[in-house]
Amino acid sequence: MNDFSILIGGKAGFGIDKSGAVIGGLLNRLGLAVYIYRDYPSIIRGGHTFSIIRASKERIASHRNKADFILALNQDTFNLHKDRLKESSVIIYDSDSVKLEGLSDKVRSIGVPIAKIIKEEGAGEIMRNSCIIGAFVKAAGIKWELLEDIFRKEFTKEIQLNLNSGRRGYDEAKELTKIEAVSQESLPLVSGNQAVALGLVKAGLNTYISYPMTPTSPILHYLAEIADDFGLKVIHPESEIGVILMALGFSYMGKKVAMGTSGGGFCLMTEGLSFSGMSELPIVIVMGQRPGPSTGLPTYSTQTELHFVLSAGQGEFCRFIVAPGDTEEAYFWSAQALNLSWKYQIPSIILTDKNLGEGIFNFDINSVPDIKEEAPLLWDRKSPYKRYLNTENGVSPLAFVPEKETIIKVNSYEHDESGITTEEPVLSALMLEKRLRKEKHLQEELEKFNTVKTYGNKDCQIALLCWGSNKGVCVEAAQGLGLKVIQPLVLSPFPEKQFQEALKGVKKLICVENNATGQLSRLLKISGFNVNEQILKYDGRPFSVDELEERIRGMVK
Amino acid sequence: MSQINLGTCAPNTWCPGCGNFAILNAVKAVLGELNAEGLPLENIVLVSGIGCHAKIVDYVNVNSFYSIHGRATPAAEGIKLADPKVKVIVFAGDGDAYGEGIEHLIFAAKRNIDITMIIHNNRVYGLTTGQYTPTSPLGFKGRSTPAGTIEPPLNPLEVMLASGATFLGRGTSHGIDLLKKLFKEAIKHKGFSLVDVLQVCVTYYNMYEYYDKRVYGLKDHNPQDYVQALSKIREWDYNSDSPIALGAFYKKEAPSFEEKFSEPGTPAQDRDTKINDFLKGKI
Repeated sequence: MNDFSILIGGKAGFGIDKSGAVIGGLLNRLGLAVYIYRDYPSIIRGGHTFSIIRASKERIASHRNKADFILALNQDTFNLHKDRLKESSVIIYDSDSVKLEGLSDKVRSIGVPIAKIIKEEGAGEIMRNSCIIGAFVKAAGIKWELLEDIFRKEFTKEIQLNLNSGRRGYDEAKELTKIEAVSQESLPLVSGNQAVALGLVKAGLNTYISYPMTPTSPILHYLAEIADDFGLKVIHPESEIGVILMALGFSYMGKKVAMGTSGGGFCLMTEGLSFSGMSELPIVIVMGQRPGPSTGLPTYSTQTELHFVLSAGQGEFCRFIVAPGDTEEAYFWSAQALNLSWKYQIPSIILTDKNLGEGIFNFDINSVPDIKEEAPLLWDRKSPYKRYLNTENGVSPLAFVPEKETIIKVNSYEHDESGITTEEPVLSALMLEKRLRKEKHLQEELEKFNTVKTYGNKDCQIALLCWGSNKGVCVEAAQGLGLKVIQPLVLSPFPEKQFQEALKGVKKLICVENNATGQLSRLLKISGFNVNEQILKYDGRPFSVDELEERIRGMVK
Repeated sequence: MSQINLGTCAPNTWCPGCGNFAILNAVKAVLGELNAEGLPLENIVLVSGIGCHAKIVDYVNVNSFYSIHGRATPAAEGIKLADPKVKVIVFAGDGDAYGEGIEHLIFAAKRNIDITMIIHNNRVYGLTTGQYTPTSPLGFKGRSTPAGTIEPPLNPLEVMLASGATFLGRGTSHGIDLLKKLFKEAIKHKGFSLVDVLQVCVTYYNMYEYYDKRVYGLKDHNPQDYVQALSKIREWDYNSDSPIALGAFYKKEAPSFEEKFSEPGTPAQDRDTKINDFLKGKI
């Protein structure tokens, strides 16, 4: 088995997430690359939750429609996912609560009396997952000792009860196939959110401020957990408006600060974002997209906020926007977003989504280009200080409170070089030009970076165009079909030169996006680039490789 | 008195007779005194919202953060949390702090974060030319309520007391000596302090005479006593024609929010090791 998937499902509160982590961890230890897709409703108990754990010899970042194993903790899991079973698949189910009606005779099944076992072991309801994982391990021909090891790592409490339940499941099942270990180094398994958090920390994050909102709350939780260890301040204020204004206060004091939110919270932040543009106070916002309008599908994914982040906030000001497509890019570009924000004294937005943020991927830190925490332009203490000194590149030297005999004034009104309000026409235009001038220099600096990446068959005249979390699925589909892939990472200021370069030789450009109106296609039109075809998906779920391949095939016969 | 010049070159654009002048002069005097007593001026940050009041930061030659409407408070909290040794003094209007930004005000009081709020409470929107505010009396005829408001005002000091503020005072723009005393006390108080200044808008709501007839200084009042403070705060509800007490209503010692945070700062080398340790745990 070189490429296979396991689907585990149950109700919210069944520990499906933990099960995904355990199974993913197991397969990762065997030297396989792993990707975990997590699908859960916006409820705490009940509903239907499932995870798809895909493993392969090659790095992967997307799921397939079919499942080689289904672990059904309840009837819904069988009913909703039985179409994913192939003739070679195995279904392991709780025989005390699941009936396999309508299952093809060819699919092998293992029934485990989980309710009975749990009762006999005196274990909690939540440990039903340990029992079914035990059965899976046996069915897949994986050594019990490896599972024991992973259990000890993943479960901090009641480890013995989990082990006992797992062992009973293991003993109940029979070996039906053999997942072989692969001799390659195991890479850490992290979520996109964790990669973002680590990137920010790497570049010298001092403070993280956030109001909880799916899909970026895990960044808040993770950074709060490690705050003392990393010397971070982590604050959860009254609202997203409080968040961004507090962040601007920290920024004024010279503290590197970031925030996390989603579309709804970002709506509340827009006035503060515009204030950042006017006052030239650097801030970083992690904007994890989820489907709207309004509350929409809170726990699902989308790519609908591109134009929102591009134009949010009143007035015209320079901003840096990057959309990483995997964990390495999330790590690298989150660090750069912080660096560039301080270098140019502008807001930076890291545009992610639920699929990237909450998906679990391998992470190879050694493949990431070197990252350094960069010092911003500081005042030389020679000439009298002016916070908004009009310089050639528009960047004014920074000084921070307390600085002896120095007055540091920031202002949301139009202001003169010392930060005092002005409405004088010539000066107003001059200061606006000063701020906008930074964009040209930022654009030049970005030439040093790989802001538009290409993959696949680089000579192919047909290219898939994607951004953000669709990178993984597009690269894999293109590989199978012999196509090229173009992925712009930086979306503001748009890297026209590098994009033009990437387009060389391409006759047909197919844009793949998780929205209904083709937002990247629309952005490209502004720069004079035209997309030939669009593949759009807007049901909140990510493309599976098979689904995308099929849709591409319909276009490139 | 202070010998230092705290003025700026910004031309003052308040109306002649505006109550803001009293606040400006009192603040300058207090900053001078505090400086003479050893507080370095560079350790002070003035924060303002948006409105007539907010121009004050352009007129005082001290570090300042000219925020947006309703949002002076959270910015001030960020500044304080970033460096607890900095004195943060916030100027906000009644529309600003008690209207658009009341959420932040309540939370700042709840946290007892060590910032000082000076509210220019003229009970009318000045810069937007005369609409009612959260503290305008019932029936106030403003440009958005020509037939008079149909909602009573809120009593901001009562709200603040309930929210957890640890210093509460009230003065008027006709009493600069009391303002100086209250500002100084509020700034020196460790914890969340708020001084509600009945600051008169001569153009849209001239209340000088009204206040002069009704105000009196608190006497035999124990500001440590919550019940006494509440009763004095409730005496005038910003609506009735009852006597209006001035002075420090409430003062309480309590731990402040910023002192509960440990000082961050992990050297870059250390960070790398910790990131690698974390990743090792993810295999």
